Amino acid sequence: MSPQSDPGAPSRPADHIDSTEPEAGDASIAQPKLGFVGWLRFGWRQLTSMRTALLLLLLLAIAAVPGSLVPQRSSDPNGVTQYFDKNPELAPILDGFQMFDVYTSAWFSAIYLLLFVSLIGCIIPRTKHHFEALRARPPRTPVRLSRLAGHTERALPEGETAAAAIDSAAKQLRQSGYRVERYELRGEPSVSAERGYLRETGNLVFHTALVGVLVAVGFGGGFGFSGQRVIVEGQTFVNTLAAYDSFNPGRFFTDTRLTPYGLTLENLDAVYETRNQDAIGQPIDFTAHVTVQGQGGDPEDRTVKVNEPLYTHGTDVYLLGNGYAPTITVKNADGEVVFTDAVPFLPQDANLTSIGVVKVTDGMPEQLGMLGFFYPTQHELTSGAYTSSYPDLILPVLTLNVYAGDLGIDEGTPTSVYTLDPSTMEQLNGGKTGVDSIELKPGQTAELPNGLGTVTFEDVTPGAAPAVDVDDDADAAASESRNYSQSVSRFASFDIHHDPTQMWVLAFAALILGGLLVSLFVPRRRMWVKAVSKPDGSVVLEYAALARGDDPGLEDAVTGFADKHAGPADADETADAPEKSST
Amino acid sequence: MQLTLDEISILCVYSAMVVYAIAFIAFSIDLARRSAAATAATDAAARVEAKEAVGVGASGGPSSAVAAKPAASLRQAQDGAVAYGRSPSLRVGVAMTVLAWILHLSATVLRGLAAGRVPWANMYEFALTGTLIITTVFLVVLVVSKQDLRFLGTFITGLVLVLLGVAALNFYVSPIPLPPALQSVWLVIHVFVASASVGLFALGFALSVVQLMQARRESIAATAKAAKLTFLATLPDSVTLENLAYRINIIGFIMWTFTLMAGSIWAEKAWGRYWGWDTKEVWTFIIWVVYAGYIHARATRGWRGSRSAWLAIIGFSTVLFNFTVVNLFFKGLHAYSGL
Repeated sequence: MSPQSDPGAPSRPADHIDSTEPEAGDASIAQPKLGFVGWLRFGWRQLTSMRTALLLLLLLAIAAVPGSLVPQRSSDPNGVTQYFDKNPELAPILDGFQMFDVYTSAWFSAIYLLLFVSLIGCIIPRTKHHFEALRARPPRTPVRLSRLAGHTERALPEGETAAAAIDSAAKQLRQSGYRVERYELRGEPSVSAERGYLRETGNLVFHTALVGVLVAVGFGGGFGFSGQRVIVEGQTFVNTLAAYDSFNPGRFFTDTRLTPYGLTLENLDAVYETRNQDAIGQPIDFTAHVTVQGQGGDPEDRTVKVNEPLYTHGTDVYLLGNGYAPTITVKNADGEVVFTDAVPFLPQDANLTSIGVVKVTDGMPEQLGMLGFFYPTQHELTSGAYTSSYPDLILPVLTLNVYAGDLGIDEGTPTSVYTLDPSTMEQLNGGKTGVDSIELKPGQTAELPNGLGTVTFEDVTPGAAPAVDVDDDADAAASESRNYSQSVSRFASFDIHHDPTQMWVLAFAALILGGLLVSLFVPRRRMWVKAVSKPDGSVVLEYAALARGDDPGLEDAVTGFADKHAGPADADETADAPEKSST
Repeated sequence: MQLTLDEISILCVYSAMVVYAIAFIAFSIDLARRSAAATAATDAAARVEAKEAVGVGASGGPSSAVAAKPAASLRQAQDGAVAYGRSPSLRVGVAMTVLAWILHLSATVLRGLAAGRVPWANMYEFALTGTLIITTVFLVVLVVSKQDLRFLGTFITGLVLVLLGVAALNFYVSPIPLPPALQSVWLVIHVFVASASVGLFALGFALSVVQLMQARRESIAATAKAAKLTFLATLPDSVTLENLAYRINIIGFIMWTFTLMAGSIWAEKAWGRYWGWDTKEVWTFIIWVVYAGYIHARATRGWRGSRSAWLAIIGFSTVLFNFTVVNLFFKGLHAYSGL
């Protein structure tokens, strides 16, 4: 299987199948004692061997598995928190093994870094060798071609000299992409030809591009950033560090890299399935209509959709979520407005039953917290509890439980705007208090418990009537048939990213694919044509080839070339050609 | 009674399953007949062995006198291989597979028409299209390959029948429109290429399994004269099987590489990052690395042959794991099983 060692052969690790087989006992007998450098060299040879590369590849595959079994901080931080809650004993142990950060862990990194070192140690000598091979002449024609693949003979065409036949063979071989060299041994002229250098080129491009991807991904992670921001319809976000709800900068990120542009969410269109009985309420389309305004530029109307991000000012803006942001106004007992805002409620299920929190910090005798549930289409379960039966605004209802006390936000510790810590507060209605929860439809106002004031669920429909009291019976009947579709604002949750090396990764990926195709499908082969003088004085043309790597079409190629060059073989000559399996 | 397109599609699925079952039985009968043929050949060979052994032993290699004989008899002398002629059950098997394929294709196309989009957007549809591609790849390879690979029919029709059955009984969901995240041209490209590479990997897997069985039989035949002859004796030798498996697997590998890249491009558009170690991404990566390992193993001295075949088998197991367990039980962004 292994071809003779020659300058044209690709330089491969010693245990590559195309390398010369070591002679038996070679390693053990004549080995001098290894010095320090000797050991280094030995270690390096081991690291860059095919066997080590293979082992590291398999290790990498195995090491990637735990990251799919255990939630990862990078992709599922909530899952990690839940895992800690559910497995309080196991989780810290797993954490000790970096099981929640598998893909940035020391052991995973060690495997792929070793693999890449091994890879680089393989690429460099091979590239050098390949450049030499590209300049080298095809090797001398073997003395006997009969042992080689596809060996076939043809009679010298009538009235042609051996030299002329070899000349024409060389010409035809060159035309079909071979590099050719004429040789003459004991008066027998021959041509030696080699093709498919692209196979090794492709292989090297593939492996180099893998390194390229790794480097590009590393740089992109270092200089890029990603941030999240929730924007309610009508609100504007300005691309500055303070405006993000959360922000994950790369290691080398500086905030001077942020271009301050404004992004206004004009409105968010949500379309849900209404006809297909099997999919009522399934989302069909979300489109965020936004206005983008750069410094000193004119505002531009753009859209962001789920599969169509917005690329602007060096950032990529993705629409990753949406929901409702009921506009709530709270007045104190004196009738002064102490709170009014559109509060984003986080969706809890497919029909957008949503939870949100209102925090009134000033203007009341005590701080006030309200835990709200919002049902875009209210539906009463047999248990009496509410749920939403459709994600769009058919019968929107907001319920509020009011808490009074200390919101816990004065100590300066950061608290989420989406959660309420009731431990330092007294619940005034709902739950076990015996007082009903406040229940409002858009445009209604209700009294807060204990005469604290009022709360209004504003109807934001353009031209909507002013708010009425919740107990106004005349309105209750009318509300059944009302069109609520515009009554509650929506919010969009945007991810805003900057990845300076994304295009580089794509370019390297394209090289990987191209290199792979070339390296697996371009056959590298040598072909020889030789004019052989028979004992009886006649001259025959011999054809044979040698595969360099996997080459299923080799024998056909030799026969094809011989047919083209010297005409098809006679019937009895084909019998001599190697038998092709024909079961 | 007016049937909807989807109902006609389901009818086609069940009809295809029946025809696949017939094809499976025909292919199995063929394998049984191969065993019988192999045994009969040994008996015949035993009678002429005395004469033959002298001739082959003396020549010591394929001299022109021996080479002029049919290659099969040469192989038989060397490792007990048996020539196998025409088989009616084999032809019935292939014909039934083609018929089942037509029904299967109709079922898939009708499902696509019923849903008004490409028929691979949930688990049931993946299974429908994926198995269709497995059969398609098999039939194409039968036409293209110089080797007669019809003996793989038992495995292919069996696998397709099982997967289709599981899909039709357990994964069925009525056609529903695409959620926004799936509304992309990449659904057409990414998922289709992924299914196609699964089809190729399945075939490569089957060849690797037969290769291992054949290699075992060959090693027994090399040491003991009285090796038991099975249907394997009528199949190509293990090196031929290995080369075939390799060629099919590398095409699958290139398509899988493309799947991974197309998936990344789509993930960038839909989820805002091209790679995030989502469970499905992890397993796509694992499959890629295992098959990369397989290709390396084949180029590593001491690993070509049975060891690399085991890697191909592990590779296809990870593919199946990815399609079933990861889809159904793992949490992640690829939550499109529809179940």
